[in-house]
Amino acid sequence: MALRKDAWLWVLGILAFAGILVAGYLALIYAPPAEGFVGQAEPAQRIFYFHVPAAWTGFLAFFVTFVASIAYLWKGGRKWDILAACSAEIGLVFTTMVVVTGPIWAKPTWGVWWTWSDPKLVTAAILWLIYFGYIMLRRMVEDDARRARFSAVLGIIGFVDVPIVFGAARWWGQSVAHPIVVSGGGFDVAPKMLTALMFSLAVFTVMYVVILTLRVRAERLADEVDALKERE
Amino acid sequence: MIQVRGLTKAFGPKKVLRGIDLDVAPGEFLTLVGPNGAGKTTFLRILATLSRATGGDALIGGVSVAEHPAQVRRNIGLVSHRTLLYDDLTAVENLQFYGRMYDVPHLDARIEEVLRQVDLYFRRHDPVRTYSRGMQQRLSIARAILHDPPVMLMDEPYTGLDVQATAMLRTVLQSLAASGRTVVMTTHDLELGLDVADRVAILSGGKIGFRAAARDISIHEFRRVYAEQTAG
Amino acid sequence: MGFLRKVAAVAWKDLRAEWRTREVFSAMFVFALLIIIIFNFALELRAENARVLVPGILWVAFTFSGMLGLNRSFIQEKDRGSLEGLLLCPVDRSAIYLGKMLANSALMALVAVFILPVSFVLFNLSFGALPMIVVVTALGTVGFAGVGTLFSAMAVNTRAREVMLPLLLFPVAVPLIIAAVKLTAGIMDGVPGAELARWWQLLVGFDAIFFTLSFMTFDYVIEE
Repeated sequence: MALRKDAWLWVLGILAFAGILVAGYLALIYAPPAEGFVGQAEPAQRIFYFHVPAAWTGFLAFFVTFVASIAYLWKGGRKWDILAACSAEIGLVFTTMVVVTGPIWAKPTWGVWWTWSDPKLVTAAILWLIYFGYIMLRRMVEDDARRARFSAVLGIIGFVDVPIVFGAARWWGQSVAHPIVVSGGGFDVAPKMLTALMFSLAVFTVMYVVILTLRVRAERLADEVDALKERE
Repeated sequence: MIQVRGLTKAFGPKKVLRGIDLDVAPGEFLTLVGPNGAGKTTFLRILATLSRATGGDALIGGVSVAEHPAQVRRNIGLVSHRTLLYDDLTAVENLQFYGRMYDVPHLDARIEEVLRQVDLYFRRHDPVRTYSRGMQQRLSIARAILHDPPVMLMDEPYTGLDVQATAMLRTVLQSLAASGRTVVMTTHDLELGLDVADRVAILSGGKIGFRAAARDISIHEFRRVYAEQTAG
Repeated sequence: MGFLRKVAAVAWKDLRAEWRTREVFSAMFVFALLIIIIFNFALELRAENARVLVPGILWVAFTFSGMLGLNRSFIQEKDRGSLEGLLLCPVDRSAIYLGKMLANSALMALVAVFILPVSFVLFNLSFGALPMIVVVTALGTVGFAGVGTLFSAMAVNTRAREVMLPLLLFPVAVPLIIAAVKLTAGIMDGVPGAELARWWQLLVGFDAIFFTLSFMTFDYVIEE
């Protein structure tokens, strides 16, 4: 990365790195313990400050994939395909974080690793499967143009499905008799906690942008290498 | 009837067609020869609108293949080395299906006509599965001329045929040539190729390396030039 | 209308070809039957819990066997090269989509026509609920075939094509399956219509949205 040209990227990168440290402090120390959480549940609850931003960033990433997919089908151009694919990859990573941190939080808090009554958790799991399918699809198609088209169609259909899955999961969760009623937070969010959460959110978003930029560049370089190889 | 200008096709970084310029006059029978992998099938598929060129264009009957493929489709009939037939259906059922898809008027009469032309009328109610390879090829031709296209594209039609079937195909090709249709045929059999053609051309290394009127060149000369062209 | 005639031609061709051998239909039917039987043992079904579990089992049977049929739709065409024959025709690609989707739905529906009475008998359920369940099955089948036809056109062009279709289709079809199972269970239990309204909405909404999306994007998937 050339220093002057990419000044903005360097700045963001350093901010993100510093931000992670600060966010860690805010989440673990600065934020007061949530009311009603005792024993093990108390520190476990703090995963909330990473769980929620990860979910948000994953969703943002898939939204970017959605828009890039439409752009690709509408206008064409490898750059949209690269953007869609890279964003989906990153989105999958963040969604993995969501699905992993969910149980870590849930177990000490509600005594169960997983609950199908929580529409957010269920949606995250389905989301993970949809975009895992997206990545697999890309791996299994040889032709470049075809791969791009297929991914774009899946990128659109997958994203449109997300709110429908959420709605269905919510109705389903309400209809099933379940001892544990789970809601998103389940506790009052004090102002300090809000600060920690918002900060974490900002840091995650910046991280997403930085990683996405780097990933897209790597992909473009790979393209160039392939083109050079063919010339021989 | 057919004008090809600067047609290129690349599969990712791999260039298969590197700029084809070709003209085929109305009613002319052109044989295109070349070694395996030269791009003959790719070229024909682009003309048949089954594949999209990465550069350049072809006009068939004045209509651009790249811009108005749907219009072009009415004017062409393709015979591939795959039959494009439905094995479990009878000859009549196959032709009925294609006839409907091409909006062929007076379909039943037309079906009888083409079946008699390729001498398959007596087997018309048998499933295609029961046909010999030669018979399937003839039915394939019947399918291709069903909608009376002015242009016929034939991709290695002699593949897999025995002596008898080859002789029969030759007769059919000669009648096609006599019918005033424009025909482009690819083959790697030089003798058969030269036999029925008005003009011949050699496709090698993604470009047309040689073209001549069929009557101006003997088979020996043709073989020599072919060996030269494909040596490099 | 030329378009609808061609849709009918495609659907009719698929069904007629299938009728000659009935290979795929037999495989689908037997597979669905096997699923029901195996679930019976796997879940240790007894009279009491049968009614709770049957809706789910039915829909697992329908969707998994439906998968077989969807795969057939394009794999056969691709292997025999007849897909290109279709693409050569001067016909709107969406007509191909619609025709195949109708043929797929018909096959799935035919399997259901046999499986439903059989399972009602096997699990000693009352036949009063059958008509409405047929409606649910029809809607669910159409929705599944709607987006399934699109995905199978994609899957057939990938390296692991039998695996690709379930991988792509099931996550997306989750809302459909939820609605279908809820409705089947609700109807069997005699739940009042008002309570089931939201599931009907979900089912019909899913069908409409994904049919439209598939119809619009099929072009991009089927061309080379």
